[in-house]
Amino acid sequence: MIEKTLKGKPAYWIWLGILASLIAIGWACYFRQYTFGLGLTGMSRDVSWGLYISQFTFLVGVAAGGLMLVLPYYIHDYKVFGRITILGEFLAIAALVMCLMFIMADLGQPLRGLNVLFYPTPYSMLFWDMCVLWGYLLLNLLCGWVILTAERKQVAPPKWIYFFVYLSLPFAVSIHTVTAMLYCGLPGRHFWLSAIIAPRFLASAFAAGPALILIACAVMKKFANFDAGEEAIKKMTTIIMYAVIINTFFFLLEFFVGYYSEVPGHMHSLEYLFFGLEHHGEVYNNLVPFMWTATLFNFAGLGILGYLKIAKIFDFRLVTVASILIFLALWTDKGLGFVFAGFVPNPLEEVTEYYPTLNEIGITIGVWATGFLLLTLLYKIALGVEEEVEH
Amino acid sequence: MDKKRRKFLKMAGATVLAGISAPTIVKLSSNHAVAASGGDHAAPAAAHGEADAHHGEEQSSGVQLGMVIDMRKFYDDELLLDKAIAACHKVHNVPDIPERKSEIKWIWKTGYHNAFPDHSHNLRSQTIENSPFPVLCNHCENPSCVKACPTKATFKHEKNGIVSMDYHRCIGCRFCMAACPYGARSFNWQDPRPFIKEYNLQFPTRGRGVVEKCNFCSERLALGLEPACVEACKGSGAIVFGDLNDPHSEVREVLNKEFTIQRKPAAGTRPSVFYIV
Repeated sequence: MIEKTLKGKPAYWIWLGILASLIAIGWACYFRQYTFGLGLTGMSRDVSWGLYISQFTFLVGVAAGGLMLVLPYYIHDYKVFGRITILGEFLAIAALVMCLMFIMADLGQPLRGLNVLFYPTPYSMLFWDMCVLWGYLLLNLLCGWVILTAERKQVAPPKWIYFFVYLSLPFAVSIHTVTAMLYCGLPGRHFWLSAIIAPRFLASAFAAGPALILIACAVMKKFANFDAGEEAIKKMTTIIMYAVIINTFFFLLEFFVGYYSEVPGHMHSLEYLFFGLEHHGEVYNNLVPFMWTATLFNFAGLGILGYLKIAKIFDFRLVTVASILIFLALWTDKGLGFVFAGFVPNPLEEVTEYYPTLNEIGITIGVWATGFLLLTLLYKIALGVEEEVEH
Repeated sequence: MDKKRRKFLKMAGATVLAGISAPTIVKLSSNHAVAASGGDHAAPAAAHGEADAHHGEEQSSGVQLGMVIDMRKFYDDELLLDKAIAACHKVHNVPDIPERKSEIKWIWKTGYHNAFPDHSHNLRSQTIENSPFPVLCNHCENPSCVKACPTKATFKHEKNGIVSMDYHRCIGCRFCMAACPYGARSFNWQDPRPFIKEYNLQFPTRGRGVVEKCNFCSERLALGLEPACVEACKGSGAIVFGDLNDPHSEVREVLNKEFTIQRKPAAGTRPSVFYIV
């Protein structure tokens, strides 16, 4: 099936060329970081995790979000998702590869990465995160490939594969739950020390994943004549809306706990994210514009989708706009704010702000480009097979 | 009294020798101190494997080393704390990196409200308000950094309760830094060696990409010496060091007599460093 990636229109090759150049830039930046050390990033003694770990956290959610397509199709036998379920599985693969690359980019001693296997440590959540991430990656590779092969041969998928399909469902939930546990089990980091982190992660994941698939569907409709079908798209917007509403609700609960109890530790990070944190006469607020933009995007996206439902109209362009707004909002919330704000203030109640460096941004873009390249190739295969079957 | 303490330190040191930090000690005696975290990965890993075998044995003597920092002594003598910090950083080859973002510190000065945000209030005495407080790794009885580490590169030493580090195993994920409620850990964002003014050849330097912190001078205890900061304050009684689990130790005598506080007791980590404020 890999041969499907070798034939395409000029637009396809131009797109791959752009991604390849970004990947090359990423590798050049990584080479610099590898030879000098992580001092080339904006991370510091106080903000010891930056863009890499925040992107990792967000992308685990994108990977888990594929569940919202796989679950209705396999558990509820919702046939309408038949054409796009594979997109969910392949998105999970690309997102997980990005996750693993971000982890490697973040390690101070990347060559020692295998120590996690040589000295397995069950009380460390990072160990379990590695287990579930690799597990989910392998499950998606297996299920995606076997089912697509069966489709190509126009036979029913082998029965044994359903065991792995069903196994992948709790795995999807587990990857994001364990990722949340990296944060919410740490004493002394008040912003993260909250039982609602895991549910909130899942809620935002179940919006961000499908939103990205809808964006991909819009691109493929324009460039590859792929039609996901109106009913499927409508159903996905319903899923996205519910997930966004639940995520927003959970986030507002954090606000209530902080600002009603007025326990300082529960307010500091929120203050820093949304209003600027005053400390010794100076106001630290470099994330405030991002967070308010995200808030605006969140409600605008929700408003557009709500309007489409209430007015009972279907406009794929508006759906795409809403998906982009929601995806960006969730990315800002989890891919920037959540991780950075957890370190503000530091355990000694000092404030250090984090600004990523160009080199760090170069690596980050390189990893994203790698993910999109992989996603493009995988979707090309999926669409190629569908086309072949239809002819 | 002094004789008793010396005897105890030797005992604590001997247990260190027998225990998991054996590779460090071996390295010291064979003069490989400086090359410790260079390119030679295979040898330390093998040494660690052997040490692991000891790790599994149940030989807990129940020693939990800890210290009481008597701030009253530091209020009077402004230079004493600088001396203690300098002694520690010199003996452990702690680099002096001017850039705040990359700094490495094992024991350093901070304000009262930084060290004790939970005890902090708005009507403090002038002395407390204006005096620097020393902060360092608390060698917690229940350390959250040890729980976080995915490779056991940081571990609680069974023989003496010291929260130790294996610089050869650390992968530099910095999970321990996020987990420590005291900000006690530093990361080598770059090669630290150009920033070391004067090498102590008796202790290894670290390479870039690993985390480090105070080790309660495990290497000095092994030789029957007191921790460097304690020695620097000798005669003043500003820092008292010993076994918290031994009811007859000097440190326990102080704890029995004085009112002391710990940093962030609400974190549940049970710190082994106490302060008389």
